[in-house]
Amino acid sequence: MLLLIQYTLIFASVLALVALGGCFAEHSGVINLGLEGIMVIGALGGALMMRYAPDGIGAFPLIMLVIIAAIVFGVFYSSLLGVACINFKANQTIVGTALNMLGTAAATVIVKAINTAANPDDVSSTIQYVDEKKSFLVNIGGFEFNWFMLIAALGVVAAYVILYKTKFGLRLMACGEHPQAADSVGINVYKMRWAGVLISGLFGGLGGICYILSGVSEWKFENGVAGFGFLALAVMIFGQWKPTRIAMAALIFGFFRALSNVFFGFPFLVALNIPGSIYNMMPYVICLIVLAFTSKKSRAPKAEGIPYDKGQR
Amino acid sequence: MTKKILRNEAFQSLFASLICIVLGVLIGYIVLLFINPTGAGEAIMEVLKNFLHYSKTNLQIKNFGNTLVKTAPLLMCSLSILFAYKVGLFNIGAAGQYCVGICASIYCAVALGLGWLPCLIIAAVCGALYGAIVGLLKSYCNVNEVISGIMLNWIALYTTNMILNTVKESTSPYTFHLNTHGEQAMLPGLGMDKIFAGNQYVTLALPLAVLTAVLIYVVLEKTKFGYELKATGYNKNAAKYCGMAEKRNIIVTLMISGAIAALGASFMYLTDYEQWSCTSSAVPAMGFNGIAAAFLGGLNPIGTIFSSYFIQHITNGGAYVDKTVYCSQISDLISAIIIYLCGFVFFIKYTMNNILDKQEEKQALKAKEAAETQEGGDK
Repeated sequence: MLLLIQYTLIFASVLALVALGGCFAEHSGVINLGLEGIMVIGALGGALMMRYAPDGIGAFPLIMLVIIAAIVFGVFYSSLLGVACINFKANQTIVGTALNMLGTAAATVIVKAINTAANPDDVSSTIQYVDEKKSFLVNIGGFEFNWFMLIAALGVVAAYVILYKTKFGLRLMACGEHPQAADSVGINVYKMRWAGVLISGLFGGLGGICYILSGVSEWKFENGVAGFGFLALAVMIFGQWKPTRIAMAALIFGFFRALSNVFFGFPFLVALNIPGSIYNMMPYVICLIVLAFTSKKSRAPKAEGIPYDKGQR
Repeated sequence: MTKKILRNEAFQSLFASLICIVLGVLIGYIVLLFINPTGAGEAIMEVLKNFLHYSKTNLQIKNFGNTLVKTAPLLMCSLSILFAYKVGLFNIGAAGQYCVGICASIYCAVALGLGWLPCLIIAAVCGALYGAIVGLLKSYCNVNEVISGIMLNWIALYTTNMILNTVKESTSPYTFHLNTHGEQAMLPGLGMDKIFAGNQYVTLALPLAVLTAVLIYVVLEKTKFGYELKATGYNKNAAKYCGMAEKRNIIVTLMISGAIAALGASFMYLTDYEQWSCTSSAVPAMGFNGIAAAFLGGLNPIGTIFSSYFIQHITNGGAYVDKTVYCSQISDLISAIIIYLCGFVFFIKYTMNNILDKQEEKQALKAKEAAETQEGGDK
């Protein structure tokens, strides 16, 4: 039972972080379908930092370094989306999809190159971080507390404050609702959209490193992040683009994802004799059902997905 | 005269695609240089040469056949995405529909022992039904087709693993070979293996895929049905106003799109070229590469034939790089970069037209000036 709560919380943290990223991008008017790729690249940044960080630097500096690396990688990668979609007015769906494919391919190539350079016989795309992972965990009576749970909670609070209580957040949302109106009162729409995209890169990168630290102690980059970027988008839609509701939605989805990891720990679930594949697809099925019921009355930012053109009426 | 060619929509698409390819390969080369500068030039040549890697003509032709075998399903996937895209839908679920096609064709061939034609038909029907889910969710529940498509991809993957688990070898995670357990379901070769130096995997699939491309071109460009679908894509509300059943159009589009993707899977797995691994942890990349091929082909069914071949050519070519230094995923990287660059196609065309406009303006101005000085001289 404790294990179920632990996994629920950690998966919910991943989903909440990434969904907040999507939330910022969409409030500024850009649909960020490339979150999955951003997660992979953020995870790559964090994993490389764990690999190259000097031994015995202590838990706190290590955590900080890894988080900073993930954020820097994520923000840098999201700027590819910004350039294409804001400055060159490219189709956001195509660019987002390209970023997803590029993320996994680039991470695989980079990790394989590093592994092969270190040892010519090693052609895997795996990075191990058994010892480093322990820095992120605090054991409280059998419950493994992961610092990312706290970070995700802080992220939700921060996102709420920024979006609803600051001038910047309200301006950002104005750019997603009616960019022409925002421009007419002197807000630079392009800058605001860039800010939205880069913040989504920040959250996406954090979510990525959080994801690969969630269960295992090594990560094979060929696998990507198993559709978590898209699950997060579903969480965002279910959460109606509002940080507090996103947190609730993330907990629900996290629970079903956790169930597939720990169902064999519950005798009554094992007794049902349902194949593991069913549990694996559960989060995705639930996601579809939830989307079917919530998308109809969705309150998406009105101008999302439409490139802003100053000259257009 | 040259102006006219430069203004031509088809030429501009081709030009933009070529720019994407050149830049994509160039960036791939730069990445290789970063990994190890000494062999980078050779490695990128291996990717581009693919089957020309072999010196014997016989082996070249045989491996050319292998590339073609995998081009057929890729072409189908990219046609599936293209068809939906023309109706304003981004069918990223093609990968899942492809997966469903694999499941249906292998199960029908091995477990039910059906012949190849029923296998193809059942796969297409399953793919169509799977695509219909996306369509129903889109038109009646307003669910973004990209997100529902991705979710269905994962559901398809786990379902396929579960169902095909019943027809796999006991010692490996792979499904049975068709030539031992379902020979009746193998696609007829039509004697094409003789052309391709005895490559028995080159079958009916190849001409069928090309035929589908032509068929889709005709449906989209020359029929009322295709026109209605495209109109729905341009403006859903206008289409509704004109009396078209816009909801039905969306569902039908995704059904056709799903059927094409699923057929692509049959084209691959009913040749016995590959078997499905029941422990797969990701949907086959074919559906996603289809996106690259569709956009690289300028969203034209005929252009897609060539772009699919190109994408498959470099994907296969990746296998020939020196694996002690580089990895074969370099071709995935190049395809991904190419799709990213395809996002800029609109901008490239816009710039081209802009430059042409300016030149024309200048010329018109010059002509005017010349005429004026002429007039002045006469006075």
